Amino acid sequence: MKRAAAALLGGVLFGLGLAVSGMVRPETVLDFLHLRDMGLLLVLGGAAGVSLLAFQLAPRLLGRPAFGGSFEPHPGRLSGRTFAGAAIFGAGWGLCGVCPGPAVAGLGAGLTALLWSVAGLALGAWLHGLYQELAG
Amino acid sequence: MAALFPHGWIHYLAGGLLIGCGVSLIYLCTGVAAGTSSFFSAQWSWFSRLGFFRQERWREERGWRLIYAAGLVAGALLWRLETGVCLTTSVEPRRLLVGGLLAGFGARLSGGCTAGHGICGLASLKKESFVAVPVFLLTAILVARLLP
Repeated sequence: MKRAAAALLGGVLFGLGLAVSGMVRPETVLDFLHLRDMGLLLVLGGAAGVSLLAFQLAPRLLGRPAFGGSFEPHPGRLSGRTFAGAAIFGAGWGLCGVCPGPAVAGLGAGLTALLWSVAGLALGAWLHGLYQELAG
Repeated sequence: MAALFPHGWIHYLAGGLLIGCGVSLIYLCTGVAAGTSSFFSAQWSWFSRLGFFRQERWREERGWRLIYAAGLVAGALLWRLETGVCLTTSVEPRRLLVGGLLAGFGARLSGGCTAGHGICGLASLKKESFVAVPVFLLTAILVARLLP
């Protein structure tokens, strides 16, 4: 219950930030990708900067998360899929200016057209599941 | 400054800090590095018969990821109610759909998107994120430039 409340409140702050910065609008992202406005780097840098402090200091200062669980990092490994996936993700992002967070949050800001991207993202995630099933 | 940020820069920084606070809050409370692309994979576990989506991992995550997504919508809705601005986009539906499909597949294959790799991964100093972020930034810039 407390974990759900944290997810909700964290989501609200995240969605608010995406709206305040204008990142929910594909045009803002495309302006950056066409190098007309460097705003996206400031958003990414600000968000990663705050998170860097939290992610690096919390395990040392708190020991364990406030509502249970542990600070053990999610296991990840560097492979060809990291490269290929990032390139495919970048191609899609460059094509439409929408990534997963803004696609969902944008619906709250009135961008109902982003339902197309939500459908695309869901389909892409399903194809990935199928790919994992077939390729192992 | 005006050349780099023709629409001003304070709202970008403020938005980025808010996003960082949201991600940090979830991490401090639960220890979860909350990306956003996993939302889509986790939700398939409600419907799909594919073995990949029937893993325990997705069943455990799908509930709170749905709540997290509801929070994303609610946060942007709050902004819309406060400002009275209802945004629209002129990007064509087929582009939104195909771009979303590629972004969804690629993010899951790579293990993260702009949030999972770009924010959480960099903040965790994960080496795969330090590879993924420049790769997707450069690819996106290239694709946006090459397309009409």
